[in-house]
Amino acid sequence: MVVATENMTSSSVEEQKIWQILQEVKDPEIPVLSIVDLGIVRSVHYLPSNSGEPGVSKRDGRGEVTITPTYSGCPAMDVIRMDIRLKLLEHGYKNITVQQSLSPAWTTDWITEEGKRKLKEFGIAPPNPKQQFCTSEMFKEEAVQCPFCNSYHTKQVSRFGSTACKAVYHCDNCKENFDYFKCH
Amino acid sequence: MNAPNLFQYCLHLADNVLILSQRNSEWCGHGPVLEQDIAITNISLDLLGQARNMYQYAAALYNKLSEEEKSAVEFLVPRPWKIFGRELTEDDLAFLRDERQYLNLLLVELPKGDWALTILRQFFFSAFQIIFYQQLQQREDAQLSAIAEKSLKEVAYHLRWSSEWVVRMGDGTDESNRRIRNALDELWSFTGEMFLPSTYELQVADEGFGVNVALLKETWLQKVSEVFAEARLKVPQQDETSGKSWVQSGGKEGSHTEYLGYILTDMQYLQRTFPDSVW
Repeated sequence: MVVATENMTSSSVEEQKIWQILQEVKDPEIPVLSIVDLGIVRSVHYLPSNSGEPGVSKRDGRGEVTITPTYSGCPAMDVIRMDIRLKLLEHGYKNITVQQSLSPAWTTDWITEEGKRKLKEFGIAPPNPKQQFCTSEMFKEEAVQCPFCNSYHTKQVSRFGSTACKAVYHCDNCKENFDYFKCH
Repeated sequence: MNAPNLFQYCLHLADNVLILSQRNSEWCGHGPVLEQDIAITNISLDLLGQARNMYQYAAALYNKLSEEEKSAVEFLVPRPWKIFGRELTEDDLAFLRDERQYLNLLLVELPKGDWALTILRQFFFSAFQIIFYQQLQQREDAQLSAIAEKSLKEVAYHLRWSSEWVVRMGDGTDESNRRIRNALDELWSFTGEMFLPSTYELQVADEGFGVNVALLKETWLQKVSEVFAEARLKVPQQDETSGKSWVQSGGKEGSHTEYLGYILTDMQYLQRTFPDSVW
């Protein structure tokens, strides 16, 4: 019993450390956002090795990171998978596998408040809270705030943008075009 | 559960989205305006992602089949893969199967035509996909249900975009209206195949893992009628007795139009020339 408890504790300590390290893994398309901010890391499980023997580190154990794609065809997923393994390797975690899960499906509501703030600073309008906009109804417009001047006098230029997750908008107030991280 | 049937079913679903993705991607760099070029290629990318999820699942299913089950689906397995001496992967399924081993709808393999044809086909297919995935999400297979759940959000966006374009073209200028009516004449007889279930589809549906597509037709027609009403287009009448409701089919069983061979030649060139090469 005692042994098991110790293992569990040291397991969750390592998992906390891994979550911290994953903050350093950025989305290759939106480098201000970490994959944790973006809400695509779904779980971290870690089983430390039996330490106590000389030369054996806790980080010699095995870990599994589960991620979920933003969009089915997001080409950044393969890069992210590799970046996770490399970043954890830098910190001494050698045996990490990265799994993908599809359900529950990712939603922009999983982007952290911190993530939304960073997006805005970067010049991308953060997603509105998920409302009724993921419907198939035609010509439905949502109010999107300009990330530069905060005006709501904006209009959609294109339903699709430079990546699957963005749309292009124009601000009638400051005349800038900007990306909107569309609600999904 | 009959695993070989499920494997075949997944291939059919994957082939539909892969081939349409490949067709739509022909617009890349050729769209009527930049924003719409980006839109149609983004849709291609979503469809490609859905295809990858399906092929990965199909490959995983195949690798777990018993020898006896494997021989039941022997006719669907890419021949060049057999000498690789390793497990089947998503890429083998996409890049090394022959024309007759592809099980997609004829609708998705037709040439891209003009913008009206591309739009209208996307609309017909998205309107089908949305009701199909809604049903599939409720079915027994956990992975197919997860793929459906994931894809639904994307498809809702595709349907919205393509519906808006159907209205814009139908209720636009004389020229846009003429073009979309031509596209309708061209495509209509290919829409019926979506609702004609093949043997394997029916079997998988009976087991609770798949969807009986015959039951989706009414809902689909209703969706199409709504958008057509806005677009001032007429839904062609399906008169079963007069012979006017002629339906093109065969794709689900591997009998294709001549167009499929050309897409595959293009798409599979690299893996055919350098088998098992890695990016």
